[in-house]
Amino acid sequence: MAAGVAAWLPFARAAAIGWMPVANLPMPIAPTNKNKHQDELIILNVSGRRFQTWRNTLDRYPDTLLGSSEKEFFFNEETREYFFDRDPDVFRSILNFYRTGKLHYPRYECISAYDEELAFFGIIPEIISDCCYEEYKDRKRENAERLMDDLEDNKDSKLPNMTFRETMWRAFENPHTSTMALVFYYVTGFFIAISVITNVVETVPCGYMPNQRDIPCGERYTEAFFCMDTACVMIFTVEYLMRLFAAPSRYRFMRSVMSIIDVVAILPYYIGLVMTNNEDVSGAFVTLRVFRVFRIFKFSRHSQGLRILGYTLKSCASELGFLLFSLTMAIIIFATVMFYAEKGSSSSKFTSIPASFWYTIVTMTTLGYGDMVPKTIAGKIFGSICSLSGVLVIALPVPVIVSNFSRIYHQNQRADKRRAQKVQKARLSRMRISKSGSSSAFLHSKRNGLNQSLELTQLPYYKMKLSPQGSLEEDQQLKKTTSLLESQHHHLLHCLEKTTNHEFVDERLYEQGYMQTALQNFPSQSPSLSSEEGITGTCCSRRTKKSMQPLSATHTHSHTHNLQELSALHIQCGERQALNTSRSSLNLMSDESGSLNCKSSGLVTTAIITIPTPPSNNSRASPDAPPPPNPDAPPLPNPGNDVVKISAL
Amino acid sequence: MSVPVKRTQWDEDLSQFRKDHGLSKKVLLNCCLVRRIISWASPKQKDSVEDELELSAARHRPEALEQLEAQTRFSRKELQILYRGFKNECPSGVVNEDTFKEIYSQFFPQGDASTYAHFLFDAFDTDHNGSVSFEDFVMGLSILLRGTVQEKLNWAFNLYDINKDGYITKEEMLDIIKSIYDMMGKCTYPTLKEETPRQHVEIFFQKMDKNRDGVVTIDEFIDCCQNDENIMKSMQLFENVI
Repeated sequence: MAAGVAAWLPFARAAAIGWMPVANLPMPIAPTNKNKHQDELIILNVSGRRFQTWRNTLDRYPDTLLGSSEKEFFFNEETREYFFDRDPDVFRSILNFYRTGKLHYPRYECISAYDEELAFFGIIPEIISDCCYEEYKDRKRENAERLMDDLEDNKDSKLPNMTFRETMWRAFENPHTSTMALVFYYVTGFFIAISVITNVVETVPCGYMPNQRDIPCGERYTEAFFCMDTACVMIFTVEYLMRLFAAPSRYRFMRSVMSIIDVVAILPYYIGLVMTNNEDVSGAFVTLRVFRVFRIFKFSRHSQGLRILGYTLKSCASELGFLLFSLTMAIIIFATVMFYAEKGSSSSKFTSIPASFWYTIVTMTTLGYGDMVPKTIAGKIFGSICSLSGVLVIALPVPVIVSNFSRIYHQNQRADKRRAQKVQKARLSRMRISKSGSSSAFLHSKRNGLNQSLELTQLPYYKMKLSPQGSLEEDQQLKKTTSLLESQHHHLLHCLEKTTNHEFVDERLYEQGYMQTALQNFPSQSPSLSSEEGITGTCCSRRTKKSMQPLSATHTHSHTHNLQELSALHIQCGERQALNTSRSSLNLMSDESGSLNCKSSGLVTTAIITIPTPPSNNSRASPDAPPPPNPDAPPLPNPGNDVVKISAL
Repeated sequence: MSVPVKRTQWDEDLSQFRKDHGLSKKVLLNCCLVRRIISWASPKQKDSVEDELELSAARHRPEALEQLEAQTRFSRKELQILYRGFKNECPSGVVNEDTFKEIYSQFFPQGDASTYAHFLFDAFDTDHNGSVSFEDFVMGLSILLRGTVQEKLNWAFNLYDINKDGYITKEEMLDIIKSIYDMMGKCTYPTLKEETPRQHVEIFFQKMDKNRDGVVTIDEFIDCCQNDENIMKSMQLFENVI
């Protein structure tokens, strides 16, 4: 329940008078405001800056430092104010949270300082309101990544005992870590350059043979080039094998792009070695030599920018695809048009539509070689339209790609989509939690039996049986577990239940109850059972603490509050115990009607079953107190003491 | 444009006005003409009334504390606390129906409180102007929390009587009860059935409708409630809310 709306709770409760004439059941007693003193201003002195607020404002959130009694530790007797030695600027946001129910994150604030303040005042960051939550999460992630980077850097310099393999891998990945690595880095770089230059120079014509045309240097100085090639390939092979050896995950290394490039770069040489100097095959072999140019990609290990370019292209796949697609469409359209336009003219180069593709591409990219030109007037008109539209079609996706590149270059937005999904999921789950929070709070307190304690009609003779100790404990727990506001809200919901003669239940329990059909009654023995399970934790791992509560609720209610309600189905334990298959319950089945498969249905019974509960169970029934470690005290029936009601209208 | 008949009347008015205010004819004509031109040239003037209404709705200030103290049964301090809460949630000073529904729904997260909130809104909005100001709010609360049992029952009757004709019919009651059951939501124990509200209405009518004429009048209602102990007790329930 939002804090702002807390101010309207009195109104909602007053409006509940509208239900009263319609209700057929008596209403529960309203929780009283024990300390009825008038609302007072309290002074919070945070490092000299004084903030003042009503005490009630702070009490809205009892599970934070300021809302609970923890703030008494900071009370300064002489000045009669609460002194906190913390940052007053951040405290402003925190106090606003109490006032408005929304926690905001100021952008100028350092994220770790803010987190510390939140932790000090006991406020969880997840309740930051939507307007500031994205910013907060972004900053937090950036900070975390920066920390991790720092950590890695530090880690690099201080890991004395790594295996040889790990040292090698680190040397390969970060060349600046050791001199050896640096030397290796430069050597491989040098050889890559040599290899590329060799490939290029091989094809340059150098010198004349007397009776032949120019021959390329590769054919003239075959041995020299062959030696150079061999040397480079040796180096590359050795490097590849060393990387393979040092890689922490060989399979992953082999699949990575860089290693594929390495392999493709050196493979042609080996294939060439293997193959004989056969005329037919050498044609294919020559083609393979083209792959030697891939050696130039090995430079990407040496250049960050190249890697980013490659990464950008990969991430802009959709834009590139769009570019390609729109270009293809335009090319086909214009080629068709040009073909039919030029069909009439003689000696036209536009022999077919695919032939016109070349013209269209050259025109659209504004190259204009001039090898194919339209001659008819229609052709010229369409040709000009084609060139104009080419500029547009190409100009559209390119800025997107450029901006992508710059974005990636400046920041690491690697998991943008993933982050958006996570944020969306987190937001939805937070909204769900806050919505179910208030309803589950009511159900929780119902199960704790606190509502049961506030019934209007208490027949006097049962009061004698009330052990004063028990009720005192109950009171204490009441104070501890719910604030006044919450108890008033729960009282309101309880009145609604009474008006309609139906009860609120949990979603999953509603499903269970819906599916099952018989109703059986359950005795208060079960609290002892449940507490036993709580301690021994026997077979039922499914039993959570929550499911333990309802039984204790019934039990508490029957023991201490003895309601003689002849009007509603009171057993709430029912559906919650549906899946109880604990050993202890099976054991006790013989004693009591311990089949805890309470099922719900529309059936109502009018029986009243008296089942006893020994007073010792009272302490066990309190929701927050841990069950005492003597589980094996099966309560014996002493008839006539307590009544568990299962009657109905 | 003006027809001859109008013209003569205007002349009369003009001369009267001139006599009363001692203005020269020309000056008067000029400013009248200017105003006419302006009113003809500018778009529909009746917006000004609505603007005024909106302005006043946007920044409604309640009557002075003393006046409210006299009209309601709250003490000064209580009124202060009430106003602070009210203003916090509705800074503009009035609640319209949507905000009202939203606020009320926050207290009943499991069900749909909008229908009942609508009925409540009608009951609080005594002058039926579509918004609940602080005065309406506080008057209503004064009856509910500090009124006599008679007044409270009167208020409840007013709430149930949707069309405010002095009779509660079965249909009206069914609407009210359905809206109350709606607030429970889906997940209830035992599960809500279709005929539960109808049955509830039957029970109510059996109790309240003494002369079996199918409607419940205010006297039947008050009589019957005063004789029912449960209802009387529960009416006293919320005494200490503020």
